[in-house]
Amino acid sequence: MNTGTKDHAGLADIFNEDEARVDWHDETLWFVRAKRDKAAHTLPEWEALRENASQIKDNVLSNLHDYLLQFEAKAQQNGITVHWAADAEEHNQIVHSILKAKGVTRIVKSKSMLTEECHLNEHLQKSGIEVIDTDLGERIVQLAEEPPSHIVLPCIHKKKEEIGELFHEHLGTPKGESDPQFLTAAARVHLREKFLTRKAAITGVNFAIAETGEFVVCTNEGNADMGAHLSEVHIACMGIEKIIPKRKHLSVFLRLLARSATGQPITTYSSHFNKPRAGQEMHLVLVDNGRTKQLGRADFRNSLKCIRCGACMNTCPVYRRSGGHSYHTAIAGPIGSILAPNLDMKEYADLPFASTLCGSCTNVCPVKINIHEQLYKWRQVIVKEGYADTKKAVAMKAMDFTLSSPFVYKTAGKAGRWVMKNIPFLVNNKLNAWYKQRDMPEPPKQSFSEWYKKNNNE
Amino acid sequence: MNSRAEILSRIKENQPELTSLPAELTAPLQYADPVAMFSTVLGNIGGTAVPVSSYEEIQDYIKTHFADQKRIISTLPELSGVTEAGWEGQDPHSYEDIDIALIKAHFGVAENAALWVTEELMQQRVIPFICQQLAVVVQQKEIYSNMHEAYGQVADAVYGFGTFIAGPSKTADIEQSLVLGAHGPKKMTVFIMADS
Ligand code: SF4
Repeated sequence: MNTGTKDHAGLADIFNEDEARVDWHDETLWFVRAKRDKAAHTLPEWEALRENASQIKDNVLSNLHDYLLQFEAKAQQNGITVHWAADAEEHNQIVHSILKAKGVTRIVKSKSMLTEECHLNEHLQKSGIEVIDTDLGERIVQLAEEPPSHIVLPCIHKKKEEIGELFHEHLGTPKGESDPQFLTAAARVHLREKFLTRKAAITGVNFAIAETGEFVVCTNEGNADMGAHLSEVHIACMGIEKIIPKRKHLSVFLRLLARSATGQPITTYSSHFNKPRAGQEMHLVLVDNGRTKQLGRADFRNSLKCIRCGACMNTCPVYRRSGGHSYHTAIAGPIGSILAPNLDMKEYADLPFASTLCGSCTNVCPVKINIHEQLYKWRQVIVKEGYADTKKAVAMKAMDFTLSSPFVYKTAGKAGRWVMKNIPFLVNNKLNAWYKQRDMPEPPKQSFSEWYKKNNNE
Repeated sequence: MNSRAEILSRIKENQPELTSLPAELTAPLQYADPVAMFSTVLGNIGGTAVPVSSYEEIQDYIKTHFADQKRIISTLPELSGVTEAGWEGQDPHSYEDIDIALIKAHFGVAENAALWVTEELMQQRVIPFICQQLAVVVQQKEIYSNMHEAYGQVADAVYGFGTFIAGPSKTADIEQSLVLGAHGPKKMTVFIMADS
């Protein structure tokens, strides 16, 4: 995504210009989060399920090498062609070469955050291949020439009137028509024509099973299935961390995924692709693109357990009020802010700071990733490596200096209280990044240590 | 070194010490009346449950409720009296104008109203997705409480393609308004067959 030189704060400022939209965005996502809570509460064993899922994923990461080999061998036995891609570029080349060999120039694609991460659409389009995204939300942002702003709800930032306008322009719906039912019906007709005429389909993968060599794709619309079952070539793209050991483990993950994502008890379709259809070619591309590196970072490897439910975004007070596009990476929100610096620490140095560290993300995560702790850890790494924005680095260094010396801490506290009482404008001005969007607190009359001393007759 | 070898060796180097798989979840939620729960959840996700006690009853239902539908196909020989014959074995694209497809499910799951259907029950993989309306027949005694029991049934099953279907195709991508019938079936009827 090209965002010029803007960082999260700068991009959030743009989003924040329209206050009414920010409120609406905030409420819409909170509504989804509330549905998640309701769904979670229907299961008394919810916490046990999260723990179970987390431990299964720990086992996966600790045995990934063997599971991938097992998966590959089984998938090949099933008649699936398996490819390995070290990075985004290689992934795109593999997909392109499969299409080229079949002489296919127009394809349908169902939702896959991996292909977003790899910028597959741009790559294929540059090579003269037309890509139609078939998930409704993704099709909408594709028509608007924007990237998705949320991993589960790609066009959550758009109002129905804006979607009506896009459809009027591209699909010929009547001007001013913005009824969701009407617009969805128009998209259905538009996309059915694509499903029926395209020879190749690309899908993502939600889970891949080492034991059986099959992979599972979950959708509500059925677009992955419409594409795959009507195509001559099905290409499925997955990050290597999507492996789970056994088929029966799907019971745990399918119970958690949709409930965490949208509050549904399960997605409408959970399709298990084991073998290609008679006469069909099935390819599967296993992609690294930084995942092996993250696996080696003990503090951050937990992020590879993510099942992409989006719950951490829906609950994040910063995401809800700054919009997905302010994260300038394919995966927005708390988990995206952990994954992106792994790929490019300089480019995404701002993202771990786009959090209040309130811990809400960690509390909702169905696989118990310690999201807010990792964000805090990234801040330290980024400052240490010298990638932090100077204002933040200075503030963090000052804090580090103050907190690590009791004498300086006490003196600084005293000095701070004196400053805030006598010359508050020194603190409450635009140069103090902390003052922006915040009211500075009334300074306490005495420090905690002064209070403690007095009250404990020390 | 090719990418495969490179990725595998990096994993080997970077993966943490082996941890074991957890024990299976103890006592996941069981419903006293899974069939009632299934019907309620199905209603909540946009489908309709119809209790029946025989295939004749299903045929009567089709004749009265689906009388205006032109192309009705089925993979169940028991329903051949009211459905099109010889539709199988065509090019999948030719099923585009199917109004109603009737198929059988191996079993249903009460906690989410999902039905497990594999390729041999669909004849053609695209059938449950391309039809305008889907109707599924499931035996009452084959409705389990939760997904753990469900996977207990399919753990060792052999299939080319299998899917859990829970309700009609749906989307809420336009301002979170729920719309039934995104690409696939706009409606879903589940005939729950009483134990004989
Ligand atoms: S980090 Fe957890 S909550 Fe966030 S998308 Fe991944 S699985 Fe969901």
